Amino acid sequence: MRRRPLYWAVHYCLLSLYVLFALFPLYWLLKVALTPNELLYSEGIRLWPSRASLEHFRFVLTHSDFPLFFRNSLIVSTSTAVLATLVSSACGYGLSRFTFRGKSALVALMLITQMFPLVMLVAPMFRLLTPLGLTNSLTGLVIVYTAFNAPFATFLMQSFFDAIPRELEEAAMIDGATRFGAFRRIILPLTLPGIAATSGFVFTAAWSELLFALMLNSSARASTFPVGLLSFVSKFSVDFGQMMAAGVLALIPACLFFLLIQRYLVRGLTAGAVKG
Amino acid sequence: MGADPHQGETEPEVTALGRRLASGAEPYLYTAPVLLLIVAIMLVPLGVGLSYAFRDLQLLDPFAGAFIGLDHFRELIADDIFRDALRNTAVWTCASVSLQFVLGLGLALLLNREFPGRRLVQALVFLPWAVPTFLVGLDWQWLFNPVVGPLPHWLFALHITHDANNLLSDPNLALIGPIVAAVWWGIPFFAITCLAALQSIPKDLYEAAAIDGAGLLEQFRSITLPLLAPTIAISILLRTIWVANFADLIIVMTNGGPADATQTVASYIFTVAFRRLDFGYASAVATALLLLLFVYAIAILLLRRAFLRRQA
Amino acid sequence: MSAIDIRGVSKRFGTTPVLHELDLTVAAGEFLVLVGPSGCGKSTLLRMIAGLEEVSAGEIRIGGRRVNELPPKARDIAMVFQSYALYPHMSVADNMAYSLRLRRTLPAEIARAVGAAAGKLGLEALLTRKPKALSGGQRQRVAMGRAIVRKPGAFLFDEPLSNLDARLREHMRAEIKKLHRELGATSIYVTHDQIEAMTLADRIVALNGGRVQQVGSPLDLYDRPANLFVAGFIGSPAMNMFQAHLERDGGTPMLTHAAFRIPLPRDLALPDGAALTVGIRPEHIVLGAGPIRGTVDLIEPTGLGTIVHLTLGGTAIKAFSLERHPLSIGGDVQLDLPLARLHLFDDAGVRVGD
Repeated sequence: MRRRPLYWAVHYCLLSLYVLFALFPLYWLLKVALTPNELLYSEGIRLWPSRASLEHFRFVLTHSDFPLFFRNSLIVSTSTAVLATLVSSACGYGLSRFTFRGKSALVALMLITQMFPLVMLVAPMFRLLTPLGLTNSLTGLVIVYTAFNAPFATFLMQSFFDAIPRELEEAAMIDGATRFGAFRRIILPLTLPGIAATSGFVFTAAWSELLFALMLNSSARASTFPVGLLSFVSKFSVDFGQMMAAGVLALIPACLFFLLIQRYLVRGLTAGAVKG
Repeated sequence: MGADPHQGETEPEVTALGRRLASGAEPYLYTAPVLLLIVAIMLVPLGVGLSYAFRDLQLLDPFAGAFIGLDHFRELIADDIFRDALRNTAVWTCASVSLQFVLGLGLALLLNREFPGRRLVQALVFLPWAVPTFLVGLDWQWLFNPVVGPLPHWLFALHITHDANNLLSDPNLALIGPIVAAVWWGIPFFAITCLAALQSIPKDLYEAAAIDGAGLLEQFRSITLPLLAPTIAISILLRTIWVANFADLIIVMTNGGPADATQTVASYIFTVAFRRLDFGYASAVATALLLLLFVYAIAILLLRRAFLRRQA
Repeated sequence: MSAIDIRGVSKRFGTTPVLHELDLTVAAGEFLVLVGPSGCGKSTLLRMIAGLEEVSAGEIRIGGRRVNELPPKARDIAMVFQSYALYPHMSVADNMAYSLRLRRTLPAEIARAVGAAAGKLGLEALLTRKPKALSGGQRQRVAMGRAIVRKPGAFLFDEPLSNLDARLREHMRAEIKKLHRELGATSIYVTHDQIEAMTLADRIVALNGGRVQQVGSPLDLYDRPANLFVAGFIGSPAMNMFQAHLERDGGTPMLTHAAFRIPLPRDLALPDGAALTVGIRPEHIVLGAGPIRGTVDLIEPTGLGTIVHLTLGGTAIKAFSLERHPLSIGGDVQLDLPLARLHLFDDAGVRVGD
C-alpha cells in the first residue's frame, strides 16, 4: 500500500531515536575504556577523549588475570549452551509431540522455577554442592547454569518443534526409522534456526551471570569474567578505565553471538505461534 | 513408535511387551534430563532455602542454626525497611514493565515494515539485551554521575532537573536510575516477542480493513491490539514476575540506598543475605516475596479465566 | 454502480515489468472475469484497482473519477479475498458491520443492513459465531456479506473459491451468479479456473504474461479464440493442437499433416509451405466414422461421456464423446475433423481465417 512520505519521515525519525538510545550507553562504555587514566575525571563528560589510548586494554590483557577469566567464561558458556540446548531439545520435543500423564505438572513446575528469586538458592546450593566437589569448579557452574536456563530453552525449542508437522516423523517411521532416529536425523536438522536461537540465548545468559559465579567460586582459577570485573573494584580501588576496557572485551563475544542469532529468535517465536 | 509394516513374522511375547512399555515410557525419557536438573538444582535447594526462614542462620555465628519458628516473620512485619521495600517493588515493577512494554511494542511496530537497512537496525536495537546486567548497572551508574557522565548536565540544560546533581544520591529520585537502566536493557525482550506476534497476523486482514475504511490508527485499534492481546498478556505476566525478582541493577547502581531508599524486596534479600550475612532472615523475606508473586500469578490467571468466560 | 476505466496501465515490481499498458473498460453493472495462469498479472491488476498496489504508469478511473492517488477506502469498492480475511476476533455480525461502524452509521441502520445481507446469503443463524466456528463455505459467504453490506460502486473478487472443495465451489459459483443478478453490481472477478470464468462472466479478459490476450463474451472466447494461448486455456478438456503446414494443390490450400490432408477455403491468404497450428476441441472430433484413422491409447469414462486418448499420426490427442463407442485399447478407430470446427493459427500463434 502506498504510504505518504510523512509516514516514512516519522518512521525513520523514531527508529533513529531508538537506535541512538540503544547504542549510546555502549558507546559511552567504549569511550571510557579508551580514556587514559589522567583524563578520566577531568574530561569525564566529553563525548570523546582528547587523547584516546589503548592503555587500559593493554593492561587488562597483559597484567591482569582477565585472559584467564575470559577463557573460563568461554568454556562455561559454550558448555552450558551445548548442554542446555541438548536437554531442552529433548524435553521440548517431548512436550511438543506427546501428551502424557504429568505433562501439565511438568509445565507448571517449569513456570514456577521462573518465579522465585535465585538469591534464595545460593546458600543451600553452596552447602549441597560443596561435598560433591562442584564448588570452585567450572563443571559445577555448567550444571547450575544448565538447570537455570533449561525451562526457557525448553519453551523456545518446543515452539520450534510445534512448527514442524508431525507427518514428517510419521513418514520416517513408516520407512523404518525409530522415533529417536527420526528425531535425530530429520527433525533436528530442520530446527537448526531454533537450535541457533536457543544456544545463543543460553550462551548470552550464562556469559553474563554474576551471582552464582561469585558465590560458588572463591578461587581465581575457576572464576568467570563477571567475577573478574568485580575484582577490579577492590584490587585497584575502582579502576573504572580498566574495568570498562575489560567490559568492552567481554561484551564482544556476547554481542557478536547475539547479533547472529537474534533474527532466529524472532522467527522461532513466530513459528511456534506464541499462544496465550 | 509405529509398528514395522514389513515384518511378517509374529514377535516373541517379551519383545512386543517390551516395545509397548518403551513407547509408553518414551515421553518420560525425553523429558527426564530437564526434570532431573530442575528438581536437583532448583527445587531441592528451594526447599532447603525455604526451611532457613524458620531457623536462625547467621553466617558468622557458628553456633547458630536453631529452629526459631516464626520469629523471622514477626520481625518482618515490624520491619520498616521491608514495608518501604514493598512500595518500591510496586513502583519499580510497574514502571519498568510498562515502559519496557510500551517502548518495546512501539519498536516492534516500527520494525514490522520492510525498509532498507531493516536487518541492521533490528540487530542494533536488540543489542542491549546481550549486555550483562551488572555491566548495564555500572554503565548507567556512570552515565548518571555528573563527574564522569553526561546525563545530569543534559537534563539540567533541558530544564528537566533544577541542578546537575547525581540522581542516584537523591532518595526521592534514585529509583529512576535503575528503572531507566532496566528499560534500556529490557526493551529488546518485548520488542522481539511483539514482533514475532505481529508477524503472525495475516497481512490481508489489514488490507480488508483498509478497504472497509480503516485508517492506520483504527487498524491498530481494531486488528493489531485484539490479536496481539494474548501474547501481550502472557509476556507481561511473566515479565512482571521476573522484574520483581530482579535485584542486580538496584544493587549495582544504588546498593539499595541512599539509606535503603531504593530497596526493593528482591534487593533487600540480597542485602540481608550478603551484607548482614543473616541467611535466616533473608530466607524469610524471600519466602514473603515468593508468596506475593504466587498470589499475583493466581489472581491474574483467575482474572483471565473470568474474562474468557465472559467473552464466550 | 460505477463503470471502471483502465487506461494504459503498467506495473513494475522494482525493475521487473508485470503488466504492460493495459486498456480495459468495465461497464456499469457488468460481471467481468480476469482469467489466466498464475503469474499473469490478474491479481496485481485487481489490487491496483482496489488501491492495494501502486500504479506504475497509466490511469484508473472508477465512476469517472481518477483514483490513482486515492486510498482504498475512498474508492467506493469492496473486495472478497481468497483467504476471506475475516476478522478472527469479531463475530459474523461484527465482521459485516465493521465498515458501516467506521462510517458512523446509526446502529439501527447497521442492524438493518446486516440483517438484509445475512438474509440474502443465508447467514441469519450464524450472526453471533466467530469465524473459526464456521466452515469454508460459510466463511466465504460472510466475506461476501461483508462486501455487500457496503453497497459499493464495484465488487472485486480475488480467487474467492480457490480454497473450497469441488462440490462447494460449484454451489458457490451459482450463488455468486444469482447474487449478481439480484444486485446488478459492477464486478471484477479474478480466477485461474476457466470453468468459473465461462459460467460467471458477462465478458472475459484472458491475460497472459501481463498482456491482454483476448476480451469477449465467454462463447466468443470458446468459439473464436484469438490466439494459441486462449485456445488452449479455455475449454476442458483442452483443445488438441497439431503442427501442420499448408500446401497449395492447384489453387486449393491443403492443410497437411502426417495423418490427414484437409482442403481449406480458397480465400485463405497464406503462402505455400506456411507452418500452421491446427486446433480442434475434443468434443468436436467425430468418432466412429470418417476418413482419418487413429489408434486408441486410453479410455476414460466419466459417466456423462467418454474421454478417449488417441494417437493420430504421431500426435497424442483427446476426443470427448457423449455416446459410448465400442472401442478397445490399442485398436484403431475412424474419425473425422470437421472443417467448420477447426481453428487455424499461424507461426506466431495468432488466429487466421475464421
